[in-house]
Amino acid sequence: MKKRLLALVMAGALTLGLLAGCGNDGGGKTGGETSPSPSASTPASPSASTPAEPSAPVEPSAPVEPSSAASGTFKIGGVGPLTGDAAIYGQAAMNGAQIAVDEINALGGAVQFEFKPEDDVADGETSVNAYNNLMDWGMQALVGPVTTGAAISVSAKLYEERVFGLTPSASSTDVISGKDNVYQVCFTDPNQGVASADYISENLAGSKVAVIYRNDDAYSQGIRDTFVKQAESKGLEVVYEGTFTKDTQTDFSVQLTGAQSAGATVLFLPIYYQPASVILNQANQMGYAPTFFGVDGMDGILTMEGFDTSLAEGVMLLTPFSADAEDAQTQSFVAKYQEKHGETPNQFAADGYDAVYIIYAALNAAGCTGDMSAEEICEALVGVMTSISVDGLTGQGMTWSATGEVSKAPRAVVIKDGVYVTP
Amino acid sequence: MEFLSYLISGISLGSVYAIIALGYTMVYGIAKMLNFAHGDVIMVGGYISFCAVSYLGLPGWLSVLLAMAVCTVLGVVIEGLAYRPLRQATSLAVLITAIGVSYFLQNAALLIWGASPKGYTPVVSGQLPLFGGRLTISYVTLLTVGACIVIMIALTLFTGKTKMGKAMRACSENKAAAQLMGINVNRTISLTFAIGSALAAVAGVLLCSFSTSLMPTTGSMPGIKAFTAAVFGGIGSIPGAFLGGILLGIIESLAKAYISTQLANAILFAVLIVVLLVKPSGLLGKYVPEKV
Repeated sequence: MKKRLLALVMAGALTLGLLAGCGNDGGGKTGGETSPSPSASTPASPSASTPAEPSAPVEPSAPVEPSSAASGTFKIGGVGPLTGDAAIYGQAAMNGAQIAVDEINALGGAVQFEFKPEDDVADGETSVNAYNNLMDWGMQALVGPVTTGAAISVSAKLYEERVFGLTPSASSTDVISGKDNVYQVCFTDPNQGVASADYISENLAGSKVAVIYRNDDAYSQGIRDTFVKQAESKGLEVVYEGTFTKDTQTDFSVQLTGAQSAGATVLFLPIYYQPASVILNQANQMGYAPTFFGVDGMDGILTMEGFDTSLAEGVMLLTPFSADAEDAQTQSFVAKYQEKHGETPNQFAADGYDAVYIIYAALNAAGCTGDMSAEEICEALVGVMTSISVDGLTGQGMTWSATGEVSKAPRAVVIKDGVYVTP
Repeated sequence: MEFLSYLISGISLGSVYAIIALGYTMVYGIAKMLNFAHGDVIMVGGYISFCAVSYLGLPGWLSVLLAMAVCTVLGVVIEGLAYRPLRQATSLAVLITAIGVSYFLQNAALLIWGASPKGYTPVVSGQLPLFGGRLTISYVTLLTVGACIVIMIALTLFTGKTKMGKAMRACSENKAAAQLMGINVNRTISLTFAIGSALAAVAGVLLCSFSTSLMPTTGSMPGIKAFTAAVFGGIGSIPGAFLGGILLGIIESLAKAYISTQLANAILFAVLIVVLLVKPSGLLGKYVPEKV
């Protein structure tokens, strides 16, 4: 009987574990009162220390000498996955942010930054803990979280405690909706889905599209939803939809067979690059070669260690940043990043870099000082975000709507000989 | 034709589960313990093979041998350091230790190889077109199924026909009595772990050839499913592990194709529960009444 009992208990435990694994979003119920601010000894009122009220939208166009509207040392926190499955995104974003911080500090202007990244393993609850740690440290504004699920949890805290948040790459509208103090550097998911459908229907006319997406992930599901809706209105035929989850992202033979037998000529992959690399490999083994079309999560596939880049030949993706761009700003960033980290920066690094400059521009526009509390800075920045325009690595003339959504032009690139080129 | 390709991918996946399950079942059958670190030894095998190919430039087949050698040593060391001191302890203590070893291996891999996934190049590539290209079978699938059958037969012969195999079966029946008969129980169990870990290395290479991406957590989900397969087929039984693995792969693949990809795992475990309710010792397991 012992054996039977053991078997039953184990089976039960496995099934429970499986069920528990389904709802890991949301999080954010971590208790504990965080100290609201580092509280400077002399709480300067924002208006008193503002020398000149910027009347028109200022154009601080990233790395120029400080316009010295703001002054003091600001504590900027960073939250992103530095370990775990999504580490490549978090590490890149935090490395990019660090480079921007170093650049700004090296200018020797009135504004100096202290930057502290914290690891959240791309998990909602861990992310809230990381945020609480940063608040204890005295954070005045946040760059992060990097991934959507974690950002949804933390943005609720940011809103509640009135701390300014700018996420480099969490692209779901759930991150910003209803929160006036949370902004994005990257496109929103709807934006990516719509842009992809538009691009495919214009440039790959008459193609039959299959979608493989991860339906336990807000990012993937969000892009898929708007893509399918836009495809329908554009008359683009979606012939097959396959799904997968975190636990089943190692085997796509079933979905690929489905797409192949439905006659799909374009395979839309609104997913991260790691499962995408498995899809490319397995499609190759099956001898199935449609046009693969990815979004920003596909970025990073070329730098994946051991990945045979010839498999990615001809893959198209939407990305706001290409390390091969000719402009001086990109070139200098890429050179610095390569020198420091020994690899070519991806889009997430550029997003992190831009995030710091956007905060810098906003602080200047609002004339904040380093002794203001996180809450005061938050209100000041919210006041100017809709009126500033920043030229960054991921777009020229980025502007923000009051909802926190960025406006910049997405562009498609195609992978040729292991690099991104404009088709 | 579609059904056939779903079936083939199921058999291919199932063969990987079966090889892992053979390792589980060997160790359970002989040492009477659930080695939850087995899945992580698979991951180590995958990484060793990856490093041999990417950094040392060795050919694929040699990397498999190297992975087997490293994993064999690893398995014996784990057994000697972590499990042997607990030989007389309760089975619960050993189980917890095994989970601890599993976490240790995962975190060690995280330290050594980092968190970002590595792309594994399959040991063989290409596919075999059948029926004028309407059905294709990749060589990885053929290799996996072939390796699985060979390993199953070899293990059955080894435990049935050789002296060492007899010693293993004796230990499995009664350790104390086996010792009285002059069998070195510790050595026999070490050998079992060596064989199980070498199998894990082969499974690691095949698993990575199939799913091509390698992370410190690569082994855990296949490990759990293979354990399910072993229980499904009757834990302790070698043909049972084989049958359980293949059936599990087919159920998973067909459930994904015709019912729902999200529910595939739930369906899998539901089938396991039903089988265990009807046949508590698994499909091919022997029902051993507890002696009082």
